[in-house]
Amino acid sequence: MAEPTDLSIAEAVQSLRSGEISSRELVAACLARIDRLEPRLHAFLALAPEAALQQADRADERLAAARRRSSTDLPPLLGLPVAVKDVLCVQGMPATSGSAILKGFLPPYTATTVARLLQAGVIVIGKTNTDEFAMGSSTENSAYGVTHNPWDTGRVPGGSSGGSAAAVAARMVPAALGTDTGGSVRQPASFCGVTGIKPTYGLNSRYGLVAYGSSLDSVGVLARGAADAAALLRLMAGYDPADATSLDLPAPKLPLPPDPDLTGLKIGVPEEYFIQGIQPEVEERVRGAVIQLSELGAEVRTISLPHTEYALPVYYLIAPAEASANLARYDGVRFGPRAASEDGIDMFRKTRGAGFGAEVKRRIMLGTYALSAGYYDAYYGQAQKARTLIRRDFEAAFETVDAIAAPVAPTTAFRIGQHGDDPLAMYLEDVFTLPANLAGIPGLAFPVGFDGQGLPVGMQLMGPALGEERLFRMAHAYQMVTDWHLRAPRLDE
Amino acid sequence: MSLKPQEVEHIAALARLDLSDEEKERFAGQLSAILDYAARLQALDTTGIPPTSSGLPGRSVLRPDEARPGLDLEQLLQNAPQAQDRQFRVPPVLD
Repeated sequence: MAEPTDLSIAEAVQSLRSGEISSRELVAACLARIDRLEPRLHAFLALAPEAALQQADRADERLAAARRRSSTDLPPLLGLPVAVKDVLCVQGMPATSGSAILKGFLPPYTATTVARLLQAGVIVIGKTNTDEFAMGSSTENSAYGVTHNPWDTGRVPGGSSGGSAAAVAARMVPAALGTDTGGSVRQPASFCGVTGIKPTYGLNSRYGLVAYGSSLDSVGVLARGAADAAALLRLMAGYDPADATSLDLPAPKLPLPPDPDLTGLKIGVPEEYFIQGIQPEVEERVRGAVIQLSELGAEVRTISLPHTEYALPVYYLIAPAEASANLARYDGVRFGPRAASEDGIDMFRKTRGAGFGAEVKRRIMLGTYALSAGYYDAYYGQAQKARTLIRRDFEAAFETVDAIAAPVAPTTAFRIGQHGDDPLAMYLEDVFTLPANLAGIPGLAFPVGFDGQGLPVGMQLMGPALGEERLFRMAHAYQMVTDWHLRAPRLDE
Repeated sequence: MSLKPQEVEHIAALARLDLSDEEKERFAGQLSAILDYAARLQALDTTGIPPTSSGLPGRSVLRPDEARPGLDLEQLLQNAPQAQDRQFRVPPVLD
Protein backbone atom coordinates (compact mmCIF):
# COMPACT_ATOMS: atom_id res chain seq x y z
CA MET A 1 0.00 0.00 0.00
CA ALA A 2 1.05 3.62 -0.62
CA GLU A 3 2.27 5.74 2.27
CA PRO A 4 -0.81 6.99 4.17
CA THR A 5 0.26 10.59 3.58
CA ASP A 6 0.31 10.01 -0.19
CA LEU A 7 -3.34 8.94 -0.40
CA SER A 8 -5.78 11.13 -2.29
CA ILE A 9 -8.94 12.03 -0.39
CA ALA A 10 -11.00 9.47 -2.32
CA GLU A 11 -8.38 6.79 -1.61
CA ALA A 12 -8.14 7.77 2.06
CA VAL A 13 -11.93 7.67 2.52
CA GLN A 14 -12.09 4.29 0.75
CA SER A 15 -9.26 2.86 2.89
CA LEU A 16 -10.87 4.17 6.08
CA ARG A 17 -14.22 2.61 5.16
CA SER A 18 -12.69 -0.75 4.30
CA GLY A 19 -10.58 -0.75 7.44
CA GLU A 20 -7.37 -1.03 5.42
CA ILE A 21 -6.15 1.96 7.42
CA SER A 22 -7.48 3.49 10.63
CA SER A 23 -8.06 7.17 11.17
CA ARG A 24 -5.54 7.00 14.02
CA GLU A 25 -2.91 5.62 11.63
CA LEU A 26 -3.68 8.30 9.07
CA VAL A 27 -3.67 11.15 11.60
CA ALA A 28 -0.52 9.78 13.27
CA ALA A 29 1.22 9.55 9.88
CA CYS A 30 0.38 13.19 9.16
CA LEU A 31 1.54 14.27 12.63
CA ALA A 32 4.80 12.34 12.26
CA ARG A 33 5.48 13.95 8.91
CA ILE A 34 4.68 17.39 10.33
CA ASP A 35 7.00 16.69 13.24
CA ARG A 36 9.81 15.77 10.87
CA LEU A 37 9.39 18.55 8.28
CA GLU A 38 8.04 21.44 10.33
CA PRO A 39 11.48 22.66 11.46
CA ARG A 40 12.37 23.17 7.78
CA LEU A 41 9.01 24.50 6.53
CA HIS A 42 7.15 26.23 9.40
CA ALA A 43 3.77 25.68 7.75
CA PHE A 44 1.83 25.66 11.04
CA LEU A 45 1.08 28.21 13.74
CA ALA A 46 -0.75 25.75 16.00
CA LEU A 47 -1.15 21.99 16.21
CA ALA A 48 -3.65 19.93 18.18
CA PRO A 49 -2.11 16.44 18.10
CA GLU A 50 -3.84 15.00 21.16
CA ALA A 51 -7.30 16.27 20.28
CA ALA A 52 -6.78 15.05 16.70
CA LEU A 53 -5.84 11.55 17.85
CA GLN A 54 -8.84 11.43 20.22
CA GLN A 55 -11.15 12.41 17.39
CA ALA A 56 -9.48 9.80 15.20
CA ASP A 57 -10.22 7.13 17.81
CA ARG A 58 -13.87 8.17 17.92
CA ALA A 59 -13.99 8.09 14.10
CA ASP A 60 -12.44 4.61 14.15
CA GLU A 61 -15.14 3.39 16.56
CA ARG A 62 -17.86 4.65 14.24
CA LEU A 63 -16.12 3.21 11.18
CA ALA A 64 -15.78 -0.19 12.89
CA ALA A 65 -19.41 -0.15 14.03
CA ALA A 66 -20.56 0.67 10.51
CA ARG A 67 -18.48 -2.19 9.10
CA ARG A 68 -20.07 -4.62 11.59
CA ARG A 69 -23.54 -3.57 10.50
CA SER A 70 -22.49 -3.35 6.83
CA SER A 71 -23.78 0.20 6.99
CA THR A 72 -22.55 2.95 4.69
CA ASP A 73 -24.47 5.63 6.54
CA LEU A 74 -21.47 7.65 7.75
CA PRO A 75 -20.36 11.27 7.46
CA PRO A 76 -18.69 11.46 4.02
CA LEU A 77 -15.18 12.38 5.19
CA LEU A 78 -15.19 10.65 8.57
CA GLY A 79 -11.67 10.38 9.99
CA LEU A 80 -9.93 12.54 7.37
CA PRO A 81 -7.32 15.01 8.74
CA VAL A 82 -7.16 18.54 7.33
CA ALA A 83 -5.47 21.82 8.23
CA VAL A 84 -7.11 25.26 8.45
CA LYS A 85 -5.59 28.66 7.68
CA ASP A 86 -5.22 30.71 10.84
CA VAL A 87 -7.61 33.45 9.64
CA LEU A 88 -10.52 31.01 10.13
CA CYS A 89 -11.93 30.52 13.61
CA VAL A 90 -12.05 27.03 15.10
CA GLN A 91 -13.39 26.88 18.63
CA GLY A 92 -10.82 25.49 21.03
CA MET A 93 -7.83 26.43 18.85
CA PRO A 94 -6.03 29.79 18.81
CA ALA A 95 -6.64 32.13 15.86
CA THR A 96 -3.95 34.78 15.40
CA SER A 97 -4.41 35.60 11.69
CA GLY A 98 -0.63 35.79 11.64
CA SER A 99 -0.81 38.96 13.76
CA ALA A 100 0.71 39.88 17.10
CA ILE A 101 -2.45 41.87 17.82
CA LEU A 102 -4.41 38.60 18.13
CA LYS A 103 -1.78 36.75 20.12
CA GLY A 104 -3.54 34.46 22.59
CA PHE A 105 -7.00 34.93 21.08
CA LEU A 106 -9.25 31.88 21.50
CA PRO A 107 -12.29 32.24 19.23
CA PRO A 108 -15.60 31.52 20.98
CA TYR A 109 -17.11 30.00 17.83
CA THR A 110 -16.24 28.05 14.68
CA ALA A 111 -16.36 29.34 11.10
CA THR A 112 -19.31 27.93 9.14
CA THR A 113 -17.08 26.40 6.47
CA VAL A 114 -15.06 24.57 9.12
CA ALA A 115 -18.17 23.58 11.10
CA ARG A 116 -19.64 21.97 7.98
CA LEU A 117 -16.47 19.99 7.38
CA LEU A 118 -16.41 18.90 11.03
CA GLN A 119 -19.97 17.68 10.55
CA ALA A 120 -18.76 15.80 7.51
CA GLY A 121 -16.29 14.01 9.76
CA VAL A 122 -12.97 15.77 9.16
CA ILE A 123 -10.37 16.24 11.90
CA VAL A 124 -8.65 19.64 12.11
CA ILE A 125 -5.08 18.87 13.11
CA GLY A 126 -3.69 22.39 13.02
CA LYS A 127 -3.81 26.02 11.96
CA THR A 128 -1.56 27.13 9.11
CA ASN A 129 0.65 30.17 8.71
CA THR A 130 -0.49 33.23 6.80
CA ASP A 131 0.58 36.74 5.98
CA GLU A 132 -0.77 38.98 8.73
CA PHE A 133 -4.55 39.31 8.22
CA ALA A 134 -4.04 37.63 4.81
CA MET A 135 -2.25 40.73 3.51
CA GLY A 136 0.64 39.54 1.42
CA SER A 137 1.84 37.22 -1.31
CA SER A 138 4.63 35.34 0.44
CA THR A 139 3.81 34.66 4.15
CA GLU A 140 6.77 36.93 4.90
CA ASN A 141 4.29 39.29 6.58
CA SER A 142 3.39 36.75 9.27
CA ALA A 143 4.26 38.01 12.76
CA TYR A 144 5.33 34.42 13.54
CA GLY A 145 7.97 33.84 10.87
CA VAL A 146 8.00 32.92 7.19
CA THR A 147 6.87 29.57 5.74
CA HIS A 148 9.37 27.92 3.40
CA ASN A 149 8.51 26.51 0.00
CA PRO A 150 8.83 22.69 0.08
CA TRP A 151 10.31 22.70 -3.45
CA ASP A 152 13.12 25.06 -2.43
CA THR A 153 13.26 26.12 1.19
CA GLY A 154 15.11 29.32 0.25
CA ARG A 155 11.95 30.49 -1.50
CA VAL A 156 8.54 31.67 -0.37
CA PRO A 157 5.48 29.39 -0.62
CA GLY A 158 3.41 32.31 -1.89
CA GLY A 159 0.67 33.83 0.15
CA SER A 160 -1.24 34.61 1.94
CA SER A 161 -2.36 30.95 2.33
CA GLY A 162 1.31 29.89 2.16
CA GLY A 163 1.16 27.62 5.21
CA SER A 164 -1.78 25.69 3.78
CA ALA A 165 -0.09 25.36 0.36
CA ALA A 166 3.22 24.21 1.84
CA ALA A 167 1.48 21.72 4.15
CA VAL A 168 -0.43 20.14 1.25
CA ALA A 169 2.60 20.12 -1.07
CA ALA A 170 4.78 18.50 1.62
CA ARG A 171 2.14 15.80 2.23
CA MET A 172 1.62 16.93 5.82
CA VAL A 173 -2.14 16.91 5.21
CA PRO A 174 -4.25 15.78 2.26
CA ALA A 175 -6.01 19.15 2.07
CA ALA A 176 -6.18 22.51 3.82
CA LEU A 177 -8.53 25.47 3.88
CA GLY A 178 -7.28 28.80 2.63
CA THR A 179 -8.78 32.18 1.87
CA ASP A 180 -8.51 34.29 -1.26
CA THR A 181 -9.06 38.06 -1.29
CA GLY A 182 -6.75 38.88 -4.20
CA GLY A 183 -5.18 35.53 -5.07
CA SER A 184 -4.28 34.14 -1.67
CA VAL A 185 -5.38 30.58 -2.48
CA ARG A 186 -4.39 30.43 -6.14
CA GLN A 187 -0.92 32.04 -6.01
CA PRO A 188 0.44 29.84 -3.19
CA ALA A 189 -1.17 26.80 -4.86
CA SER A 190 0.78 27.74 -7.98
CA PHE A 191 4.06 28.35 -6.11
CA CYS A 192 3.78 25.02 -4.27
CA GLY A 193 2.47 22.85 -7.12
CA VAL A 194 -0.95 22.07 -5.65
CA THR A 195 -4.55 22.66 -6.72
CA GLY A 196 -6.49 25.56 -5.24
CA ILE A 197 -10.06 26.79 -5.68
CA LYS A 198 -11.25 30.33 -5.02
CA PRO A 199 -15.02 29.94 -5.33
CA THR A 200 -17.63 32.44 -6.49
CA TYR A 201 -18.06 35.27 -3.98
CA GLY A 202 -20.82 34.29 -1.58
CA LEU A 203 -20.72 30.54 -2.33
CA ASN A 204 -18.88 29.85 0.93
CA SER A 205 -19.95 31.58 4.11
CA ARG A 206 -17.53 34.16 5.52
CA TYR A 207 -18.89 33.69 9.05
CA GLY A 208 -15.89 33.01 11.28
CA LEU A 209 -13.40 34.29 8.72
CA VAL A 210 -11.35 37.18 10.13
CA ALA A 211 -12.41 39.98 7.77
CA TYR A 212 -9.91 41.68 5.46
CA GLY A 213 -11.71 42.99 2.36
CA SER A 214 -15.32 42.04 2.87
CA SER A 215 -16.47 42.47 -0.74
CA LEU A 216 -13.54 40.34 -1.95
CA ASP A 217 -12.89 37.69 0.75
CA SER A 218 -13.69 34.08 -0.06
CA VAL A 219 -12.89 30.80 1.66
CA GLY A 220 -11.24 28.22 -0.58
CA VAL A 221 -9.54 24.85 -0.58
CA LEU A 222 -5.99 23.70 -1.33
CA ALA A 223 -5.51 20.03 -2.14
CA ARG A 224 -3.38 17.89 -4.39
CA GLY A 225 -5.88 17.43 -7.21
CA ALA A 226 -9.12 18.94 -8.47
CA ALA A 227 -11.13 15.91 -7.33
CA ASP A 228 -9.83 16.35 -3.77
CA ALA A 229 -10.60 20.08 -3.74
CA ALA A 230 -14.11 19.40 -5.04
CA ALA A 231 -14.64 16.77 -2.32
CA LEU A 232 -14.24 19.46 0.33
CA LEU A 233 -15.89 22.38 -1.46
CA ARG A 234 -19.17 20.57 -2.04
CA LEU A 235 -19.45 19.96 1.71
CA MET A 236 -18.47 23.50 2.78
CA ALA A 237 -20.56 25.55 0.39
CA GLY A 238 -24.15 26.69 0.54
CA TYR A 239 -26.36 29.27 2.16
CA ASP A 240 -25.57 30.47 5.67
CA PRO A 241 -27.94 32.94 7.35
CA ALA A 242 -25.01 34.12 9.51
CA ASP A 243 -23.38 35.78 6.45
CA ALA A 244 -25.52 38.45 4.79
CA THR A 245 -23.59 38.05 1.52
CA SER A 246 -23.98 34.27 1.43
CA LEU A 247 -25.78 33.19 -1.75
CA ASP A 248 -29.17 31.63 -1.05
CA LEU A 249 -28.36 28.45 -2.96
CA PRO A 250 -27.68 24.82 -2.13
CA ALA A 251 -24.08 23.61 -2.29
CA PRO A 252 -23.01 22.61 -5.81
CA LYS A 253 -22.68 18.86 -6.41
CA LEU A 254 -19.61 19.26 -8.64
CA PRO A 255 -19.87 15.94 -10.47
CA LEU A 256 -16.66 14.84 -12.20
CA PRO A 257 -17.16 12.90 -15.44
CA PRO A 258 -15.31 9.58 -15.71
CA ASP A 259 -13.69 10.51 -19.05
CA PRO A 260 -11.36 13.39 -19.90
CA ASP A 261 -13.62 14.63 -22.70
CA LEU A 262 -13.99 18.40 -23.01
CA THR A 263 -15.88 18.40 -26.30
CA GLY A 264 -18.26 21.33 -26.53
CA LEU A 265 -16.41 23.57 -24.05
CA LYS A 266 -14.87 26.84 -25.20
CA ILE A 267 -11.78 28.25 -23.49
CA GLY A 268 -10.69 31.86 -23.91
CA VAL A 269 -7.07 32.94 -23.60
CA PRO A 270 -6.86 36.65 -22.72
CA GLU A 271 -4.02 38.42 -24.51
CA GLU A 272 -3.71 40.90 -21.60
CA TYR A 273 -2.42 38.11 -19.32
CA PHE A 274 0.72 37.46 -21.33
CA ILE A 275 2.42 40.71 -20.56
CA GLN A 276 6.02 41.82 -20.78
CA GLY A 277 7.89 40.71 -17.71
CA ILE A 278 6.21 37.32 -17.43
CA GLN A 279 8.74 34.52 -16.92
CA PRO A 280 9.04 32.83 -20.37
CA GLU A 281 8.75 29.33 -18.87
CA VAL A 282 5.48 30.30 -17.17
CA GLU A 283 4.03 31.43 -20.49
CA GLU A 284 5.30 28.29 -22.25
CA ARG A 285 3.84 25.88 -19.67
CA VAL A 286 0.49 27.65 -19.56
CA ARG A 287 0.20 27.79 -23.35
CA GLY A 288 1.21 24.13 -23.45
CA ALA A 289 -1.53 23.22 -20.98
CA VAL A 290 -4.08 25.11 -23.07
CA ILE A 291 -3.03 23.00 -26.08
CA GLN A 292 -3.55 19.87 -23.98
CA LEU A 293 -7.05 21.05 -23.04
CA SER A 294 -7.78 21.57 -26.74
CA GLU A 295 -6.54 18.03 -27.45
CA LEU A 296 -9.16 16.84 -24.95
CA GLY A 297 -11.83 18.45 -27.11
CA ALA A 298 -12.08 22.03 -25.86
CA GLU A 299 -12.23 24.81 -28.41
CA VAL A 300 -9.64 27.54 -27.73
CA ARG A 301 -9.86 31.15 -28.83
CA THR A 302 -8.04 34.36 -28.05
CA ILE A 303 -10.11 36.89 -26.13
CA SER A 304 -9.59 40.37 -24.71
CA LEU A 305 -10.25 41.67 -21.20
CA PRO A 306 -9.41 45.30 -21.97
CA HIS A 307 -9.52 46.70 -18.43
CA THR A 308 -7.09 44.15 -16.96
CA GLU A 309 -4.34 46.76 -16.41
CA TYR A 310 -6.62 48.63 -14.01
CA ALA A 311 -7.25 45.65 -11.72
CA LEU A 312 -4.12 46.20 -9.64
CA PRO A 313 -4.72 49.87 -8.77
CA VAL A 314 -8.44 49.18 -8.24
CA TYR A 315 -7.67 46.34 -5.85
CA TYR A 316 -5.03 48.25 -3.92
CA LEU A 317 -7.52 51.04 -3.25
CA ILE A 318 -10.64 48.97 -2.54
CA ALA A 319 -9.07 46.21 -0.43
CA PRO A 320 -7.13 48.61 1.85
CA ALA A 321 -10.23 50.82 2.17
CA GLU A 322 -12.27 47.84 3.36
CA ALA A 323 -9.38 46.67 5.54
CA SER A 324 -9.05 50.06 7.22
CA ALA A 325 -12.67 49.74 8.34
CA ASN A 326 -12.52 46.02 9.22
CA LEU A 327 -9.34 46.37 11.27
CA ALA A 328 -10.76 49.20 13.37
CA ARG A 329 -11.94 46.47 15.78
CA TYR A 330 -8.38 45.74 16.91
CA ASP A 331 -8.08 48.36 19.61
CA GLY A 332 -7.12 46.45 22.75
CA VAL A 333 -10.63 46.55 24.22
CA ARG A 334 -12.14 43.08 23.73
CA PHE A 335 -9.27 40.79 22.74
CA GLY A 336 -5.55 40.65 22.18
CA PRO A 337 -2.75 42.38 24.05
CA ARG A 338 -3.35 45.94 25.31
CA ALA A 339 -0.73 48.70 25.49
CA ALA A 340 -0.53 50.45 28.86
CA SER A 341 -2.05 53.91 28.95
CA GLU A 342 -4.17 56.05 31.25
CA ASP A 343 -6.12 57.45 28.30
CA GLY A 344 -8.54 55.50 26.07
CA ILE A 345 -7.67 57.02 22.69
CA ASP A 346 -3.96 56.87 23.47
CA MET A 347 -4.41 53.21 24.44
CA PHE A 348 -5.99 52.48 21.02
CA ARG A 349 -3.12 54.20 19.18
CA LYS A 350 -0.38 52.46 21.14
CA THR A 351 -2.04 49.03 21.01
CA ARG A 352 -2.44 49.29 17.23
CA GLY A 353 1.02 50.78 16.70
CA ALA A 354 2.62 47.92 18.62
CA GLY A 355 0.32 45.12 17.42
CA PHE A 356 0.19 45.59 13.63
CA GLY A 357 3.08 44.78 11.29
CA ALA A 358 4.38 47.07 8.54
CA GLU A 359 2.21 45.80 5.67
CA VAL A 360 -0.99 45.96 7.71
CA LYS A 361 -0.15 49.50 8.81
CA ARG A 362 0.55 50.47 5.20
CA ARG A 363 -2.81 49.14 4.02
CA ILE A 364 -4.69 50.76 6.90
CA MET A 365 -2.99 54.06 6.02
CA LEU A 366 -3.66 53.64 2.29
CA GLY A 367 -7.31 52.75 2.89
CA THR A 368 -7.84 55.55 5.37
CA TYR A 369 -6.37 57.99 2.86
CA ALA A 370 -8.51 56.67 -0.02
CA LEU A 371 -11.64 57.08 2.11
CA SER A 372 -10.76 60.43 3.68
CA ALA A 373 -12.51 63.71 2.95
CA GLY A 374 -11.29 65.26 -0.29
CA TYR A 375 -9.89 62.03 -1.74
CA TYR A 376 -12.89 59.69 -1.58
CA ASP A 377 -14.25 60.42 -5.09
CA ALA A 378 -10.87 60.52 -6.81
CA TYR A 379 -9.60 57.27 -5.30
CA TYR A 380 -12.23 55.02 -3.76
CA GLY A 381 -15.15 56.19 -5.90
CA GLN A 382 -13.18 55.97 -9.13
CA ALA A 383 -11.88 52.51 -8.15
CA GLN A 384 -15.44 51.27 -7.57
CA LYS A 385 -16.46 52.46 -11.03
CA ALA A 386 -13.40 50.88 -12.63
CA ARG A 387 -14.34 47.67 -10.79
CA THR A 388 -17.63 47.71 -12.70
CA LEU A 389 -15.71 47.88 -16.00
CA ILE A 390 -13.53 44.92 -14.98
CA ARG A 391 -16.63 42.91 -14.06
CA ARG A 392 -18.24 43.80 -17.39
CA ASP A 393 -15.12 42.62 -19.27
CA PHE A 394 -15.67 39.16 -17.78
CA GLU A 395 -19.42 39.19 -18.38
CA ALA A 396 -18.80 40.00 -22.05
CA ALA A 397 -16.12 37.30 -22.34
CA PHE A 398 -18.36 34.64 -20.82
CA GLU A 399 -20.93 35.28 -23.53
CA THR A 400 -18.52 33.65 -25.97
CA VAL A 401 -16.42 31.26 -23.84
CA ASP A 402 -17.10 28.86 -20.95
CA ALA A 403 -13.84 29.46 -19.12
CA ILE A 404 -10.74 31.64 -19.28
CA ALA A 405 -7.24 30.16 -19.03
CA ALA A 406 -4.36 32.29 -17.75
CA PRO A 407 -1.18 32.14 -15.71
CA VAL A 408 -1.67 32.38 -11.93
CA ALA A 409 1.36 34.59 -11.35
CA PRO A 410 3.98 36.19 -13.62
CA THR A 411 6.77 34.07 -12.10
CA THR A 412 7.43 30.91 -10.14
CA ALA A 413 8.22 31.13 -6.42
CA PHE A 414 10.60 33.96 -5.60
CA ARG A 415 13.35 34.03 -3.01
CA ILE A 416 12.64 34.87 0.61
CA GLY A 417 13.49 38.55 1.00
CA GLN A 418 13.58 39.20 -2.74
CA HIS A 419 11.00 42.00 -2.61
CA GLY A 420 12.59 43.43 0.51
CA ASP A 421 10.85 46.60 1.53
CA ASP A 422 9.27 47.29 -1.86
CA PRO A 423 5.50 46.87 -1.40
CA LEU A 424 4.64 47.76 -5.00
CA ALA A 425 6.89 44.98 -6.35
CA MET A 426 5.08 42.55 -4.05
CA TYR A 427 1.67 43.80 -5.18
CA LEU A 428 2.62 43.09 -8.81
CA GLU A 429 2.75 39.37 -7.90
CA ASP A 430 -1.06 39.50 -7.70
CA VAL A 431 -1.64 41.07 -11.10
CA PHE A 432 -3.32 37.97 -12.64
CA THR A 433 -5.33 36.85 -9.62
CA LEU A 434 -6.94 40.12 -8.48
CA PRO A 435 -9.42 40.45 -11.38
CA ALA A 436 -11.42 37.34 -10.35
CA ASN A 437 -11.90 38.75 -6.84
CA LEU A 438 -12.98 42.13 -8.19
CA ALA A 439 -15.52 40.40 -10.45
CA GLY A 440 -16.64 37.90 -7.79
CA ILE A 441 -16.02 34.95 -10.11
CA PRO A 442 -14.39 31.56 -9.37
CA GLY A 443 -10.79 30.68 -10.18
CA LEU A 444 -9.16 27.26 -10.03
CA ALA A 445 -5.35 27.01 -10.00
CA PHE A 446 -3.48 23.78 -10.72
CA PRO A 447 0.05 22.70 -11.64
CA VAL A 448 0.97 22.46 -15.31
CA GLY A 449 4.71 21.77 -15.14
CA PHE A 450 7.98 23.08 -13.77
CA ASP A 451 10.47 25.77 -14.69
CA GLY A 452 14.16 25.12 -15.32
CA GLN A 453 14.91 25.34 -11.59
CA GLY A 454 12.41 22.66 -10.70
CA LEU A 455 9.80 25.08 -9.36
CA PRO A 456 6.12 24.43 -10.05
CA VAL A 457 4.20 26.49 -12.62
CA GLY A 458 0.47 26.98 -12.17
CA MET A 459 -2.38 27.81 -14.50
CA GLN A 460 -5.77 29.19 -13.50
CA LEU A 461 -9.13 28.65 -15.08
CA MET A 462 -11.67 31.36 -14.36
CA GLY A 463 -15.38 30.88 -14.90
CA PRO A 464 -18.55 32.92 -14.66
CA ALA A 465 -20.23 33.28 -11.27
CA LEU A 466 -21.26 29.81 -10.05
CA GLY A 467 -19.29 28.18 -12.88
CA GLU A 468 -17.25 25.99 -10.50
CA GLU A 469 -18.53 22.74 -11.99
CA ARG A 470 -17.02 23.33 -15.42
CA LEU A 471 -13.70 24.51 -13.91
CA PHE A 472 -13.40 21.31 -11.90
CA ARG A 473 -14.40 19.27 -14.93
CA MET A 474 -11.63 20.83 -17.04
CA ALA A 475 -8.93 20.64 -14.37
CA HIS A 476 -9.90 17.06 -13.51
CA ALA A 477 -9.77 16.08 -17.18
CA TYR A 478 -6.30 17.63 -17.43
CA GLN A 479 -5.20 15.77 -14.29
CA MET A 480 -6.50 12.48 -15.72
CA VAL A 481 -3.99 12.78 -18.57
CA THR A 482 -1.08 14.45 -16.71
CA ASP A 483 0.72 13.77 -13.44
CA TRP A 484 2.05 17.19 -12.39
CA HIS A 485 -0.35 17.22 -9.44
CA LEU A 486 1.09 13.90 -8.23
CA ARG A 487 4.69 15.12 -8.15
CA ALA A 488 6.02 15.64 -4.65
CA PRO A 489 8.97 17.73 -3.50
CA ARG A 490 11.96 15.68 -2.36
CA LEU A 491 12.11 16.43 1.33
CA ASP A 492 13.17 13.08 2.71
CA GLU A 493 16.83 12.89 1.75
CA MET B 1 2.68 63.04 -5.94
CA SER B 2 4.42 63.03 -2.65
CA LEU B 3 2.78 62.80 0.76
CA LYS B 4 4.00 65.36 3.25
CA PRO B 5 4.90 64.33 6.80
CA GLN B 6 1.87 66.29 8.13
CA GLU B 7 -0.41 64.31 5.79
CA VAL B 8 1.03 61.01 7.01
CA GLU B 9 0.48 62.16 10.58
CA HIS B 10 -3.08 63.22 9.79
CA ILE B 11 -3.93 59.81 8.25
CA ALA B 12 -2.28 57.99 11.15
CA ALA B 13 -4.35 60.06 13.58
CA LEU B 14 -7.56 59.21 11.69
CA ALA B 15 -6.59 55.53 11.79
CA ARG B 16 -5.65 55.66 15.50
CA LEU B 17 -2.22 54.35 14.64
CA ASP B 18 0.89 55.22 16.61
CA LEU B 19 3.81 55.44 14.15
CA SER B 20 7.48 55.98 14.89
CA ASP B 21 9.33 58.76 13.10
CA GLU B 22 11.11 56.14 11.04
CA GLU B 23 7.77 54.59 10.01
CA LYS B 24 6.32 58.00 9.11
CA GLU B 25 9.24 58.70 6.81
CA ARG B 26 9.21 55.25 5.23
CA PHE B 27 5.44 55.18 4.73
CA ALA B 28 5.45 58.69 3.21
CA GLY B 29 7.70 57.39 0.40
CA GLN B 30 6.00 54.03 -0.04
CA LEU B 31 2.43 55.36 0.06
CA SER B 32 3.38 58.08 -2.41
CA ALA B 33 4.72 55.44 -4.82
CA ILE B 34 1.56 53.35 -4.48
CA LEU B 35 -0.71 56.36 -4.96
CA ASP B 36 1.34 57.37 -8.03
CA TYR B 37 0.72 53.93 -9.44
CA ALA B 38 -2.99 54.20 -8.61
CA ALA B 39 -3.13 57.56 -10.40
CA ARG B 40 -3.40 55.70 -13.72
CA LEU B 41 -7.06 55.17 -12.80
CA GLN B 42 -7.64 58.88 -13.27
CA ALA B 43 -7.11 58.43 -17.01
CA LEU B 44 -10.04 56.01 -17.22
CA ASP B 45 -13.32 57.51 -18.42
CA THR B 46 -15.98 56.31 -15.99
CA THR B 47 -18.69 58.77 -16.95
CA GLY B 48 -22.05 57.13 -16.37
CA ILE B 49 -20.51 53.94 -14.95
CA PRO B 50 -22.16 52.85 -11.69
CA PRO B 51 -19.87 51.86 -8.82
CA THR B 52 -19.52 48.23 -7.71
CA SER B 53 -19.54 48.03 -3.94
CA SER B 54 -20.18 44.36 -3.24
CA GLY B 55 -18.80 41.02 -4.37
CA LEU B 56 -21.87 40.06 -6.32
CA PRO B 57 -23.99 43.16 -6.77
CA GLY B 58 -27.70 43.60 -6.73
CA ARG B 59 -28.97 42.11 -3.51
CA SER B 60 -29.81 43.48 -0.11
CA VAL B 61 -30.60 41.24 2.83
CA LEU B 62 -32.50 41.93 6.00
CA ARG B 63 -33.32 39.30 8.57
CA PRO B 64 -36.33 39.44 10.87
CA ASP B 65 -35.59 41.42 14.02
CA GLU B 66 -35.95 38.51 16.42
CA ALA B 67 -34.13 37.86 19.67
CA ARG B 68 -31.80 34.87 19.35
CA PRO B 69 -29.24 33.32 21.64
CA GLY B 70 -25.83 34.95 21.30
CA LEU B 71 -22.32 33.95 22.27
CA ASP B 72 -21.54 33.06 25.85
CA LEU B 73 -20.51 36.15 27.83
CA GLU B 74 -18.07 34.38 30.13
CA GLN B 75 -16.33 32.87 27.13
CA LEU B 76 -16.15 36.24 25.36
CA LEU B 77 -14.66 37.87 28.43
CA GLN B 78 -11.92 35.25 28.57
CA ASN B 79 -10.27 37.05 25.65
CA ALA B 80 -10.55 40.47 27.31
CA PRO B 81 -7.31 42.26 28.25
CA GLN B 82 -9.19 43.53 31.35
CA ALA B 83 -12.66 42.62 32.59
CA GLN B 84 -14.67 43.58 35.64
CA ASP B 85 -18.25 42.86 36.74
CA ARG B 86 -18.99 40.91 33.53
CA GLN B 87 -17.88 43.89 31.43
CA PHE B 88 -14.83 45.00 29.45
CA ARG B 89 -12.72 47.40 31.46
CA VAL B 90 -11.06 50.28 29.55
CA PRO B 91 -9.16 53.45 30.42
CA PRO B 92 -11.35 56.60 30.35
CA VAL B 93 -12.07 58.00 26.87
CA LEU B 94 -13.84 61.16 28.14
CA ASP B 95 -12.64 63.59 30.78
